[in-house]
Amino acid sequence: MKKEWPLWEIFIRSKSGLNHKHVGSLHAADAEMAIENARDLYTRRNEGVSIWVVESKHITASDPDDSDPLFEPARDKVYRHPTFYTVPDEVSHM
Amino acid sequence: MTSLNFEAIFQSKIDDEVKIEPKDWMPDAYRKTLIRQISQHAHSEIVGMLPEGNWITRAPSLRRKLILLAKVQDEAGHGLYLYSAAETLGADRDDLVQQLLTGKAKYSSIFNYPTLNWADIGAIGWLVDGAAITNQVMLTRTSYGPYARAMVRICKEESFHQRQGYELMMAMAFGSPEQKSMAQDALNRWWWPALMMFGPHDAESTHSDQALKWKIKRKSNDELRQNFVDVTVPQAEYLGLTVPDPDLCWNEERGRYDFGKINWDEFWNVVKGNGPCNRQRIQARTKAYEDGAWVREAAMAHAEKKEQRRMQPEAASKAA
Repeated sequence: MKKEWPLWEIFIRSKSGLNHKHVGSLHAADAEMAIENARDLYTRRNEGVSIWVVESKHITASDPDDSDPLFEPARDKVYRHPTFYTVPDEVSHM
Repeated sequence: MTSLNFEAIFQSKIDDEVKIEPKDWMPDAYRKTLIRQISQHAHSEIVGMLPEGNWITRAPSLRRKLILLAKVQDEAGHGLYLYSAAETLGADRDDLVQQLLTGKAKYSSIFNYPTLNWADIGAIGWLVDGAAITNQVMLTRTSYGPYARAMVRICKEESFHQRQGYELMMAMAFGSPEQKSMAQDALNRWWWPALMMFGPHDAESTHSDQALKWKIKRKSNDELRQNFVDVTVPQAEYLGLTVPDPDLCWNEERGRYDFGKINWDEFWNVVKGNGPCNRQRIQARTKAYEDGAWVREAAMAHAEKKEQRRMQPEAASKAA
């Protein structure tokens, strides 16, 4: 039976101190091969010091059609931002 | 909401320069156009390895061989970035490969020309990659997010391709008289096919208007071609080589170069499969695909066996 290699999402840490960041995807038979292929595909020019691979089918994403109800609760809470508060000019270091 | 509303929202996002992402609503025709364009682009990168691969074993020095290997490996990488961008639209990788092998999908016609002398490797980097960059820089701003991101990555890498090509051309053009004539011969054969890479004139281009409205493309074929001619002619002059176009001249009024008529009969003939190397290219890709089949199957079987052992370590050890 013919079966395609599954798809993997690739995340790269470009240097210590930074987050892993999604860079793209690739096909591989298993996780080990996905890391090796990601090394050859996404770090040919020293773009990374660490690689995460996740099989694409295991990623759950929010639905863009639900974006409004999902993110709306944060929209009207301006008091969460420092600019909401006035501090007199003579008060410094704040 | 009606689909008309969806379409209006979609177009207003495009007009506001908001990128479209994989799960966003998009018109079917937008999705189809992108799958066609991105996969053709991917196929071009993959087939594009063949004319240059032809010279890897015959590169004149270790330095040139290392450079050429790195460049061809980049092209494999570019093909893979693009295939995965097409897959975010729901395309299946194996289907895309089949479309290339059966001739249903096209790839850039330039790769159906042979690489006859070593200077061709320089001319490809300088002219073919140069023309590709002109097009790809525009595509870093294309409206579909995954395609735009793949293009940013590709453009960063392509710059090395063009510069190594021009450096090779300098070595040949400033070398012995024989080397210089090889460089001129390469320019003679690659100039017009490079101009054809931008596609038919705007008036004859079937997909252009809609692609511009959707900001898949952001400049027209003729505009990109003119930009390429304007930057490339002075580069040829520096090399002391002659561009094979008797009608080429600087137009003071326009501040741009005028250039001769493109032989569109040749272009369509190559697109239709009758270029010098069309059959050879597809044969090479088919052979690679078929010869690799057992490796792909064996790797999958091995992965499944490992996974089974991991899930049931006891059953596996009893069986053994």
